[in-house]
Amino acid sequence: MVKVNGEMLDIAGKSVKEYLLTTNYDMTRIAVEKNGEIVPKAQYDSTILKDDDSLEVVSFVGGG
Amino acid sequence: MISQSEWNNALIERHGRDLFNKAQNTTVAVCGLGGLGSNIAPLLIRMGIKRLILIDFDKVDLTNIHRQNYLLSDVGRLKTEALKDGLLKICPFGEIITHNEKITEDNIHSLLSEADIICEAFDNAECKAMLVNYILEHYPKKYIISASGMAGLNEADLIKTRRITDRFYLCGDGVSDIDKGFSLCASRVAVCAAHQAHCVIRILNELK
Repeated sequence: MVKVNGEMLDIAGKSVKEYLLTTNYDMTRIAVEKNGEIVPKAQYDSTILKDDDSLEVVSFVGGG
Repeated sequence: MISQSEWNNALIERHGRDLFNKAQNTTVAVCGLGGLGSNIAPLLIRMGIKRLILIDFDKVDLTNIHRQNYLLSDVGRLKTEALKDGLLKICPFGEIITHNEKITEDNIHSLLSEADIICEAFDNAECKAMLVNYILEHYPKKYIISASGMAGLNEADLIKTRRITDRFYLCGDGVSDIDKGFSLCASRVAVCAAHQAHCVIRILNELK
């Protein structure tokens, strides 16, 4: 199981990109942190999620 | 006229010499000089941050005055110039570097290579994401303090500071989006700006 924004999800084995494509996140408005480190955008495809990984997807909203 | 040593000594009495020295030796960039950036920068200069990099491509217009830290007499001026003048009135001893241009992936390095801490203060969500990703991917030693979700009239105390990674902090409520019909009001944007400025001083305080 992978913890994503505090929720346990059965997505081990998927890449970050595969997971994101199952969501409504706008890829141009997010930053992804995995186990305390940012995942470079160019590595979403090659970063495979494992059991006990912790992922946070930060989705930016406008205003400033 | 107050001398620089009088200014410094008064601040050392307030913050202590250690924090004062850290603030004097740190360069902070404020990216975007709207409701967030124009409020962040004065707080930083008051707290003794000596070198500030101010970046914006825009001019002050009338609707900015309702929530941004400019004067009516600034309308029509470049935000970089108007804010720099305001900061030097607070503290004439600051080193203020201005760049009147739009930040893109192509010029980030030339604009921000000297910055130790970067305050992301854009209004556009894609620009926020671009800057945060770029900084964290390319500069493992820089800190970035970003803001997301400060529009509307919801409670001010829904705005929080969260630490996402060692060097990435996020301020805001995370959800109040100008693109979903929330307007920006001066007080709530200023709360978020104060969170970002406070995050800077807390990072400095914890530096070894």
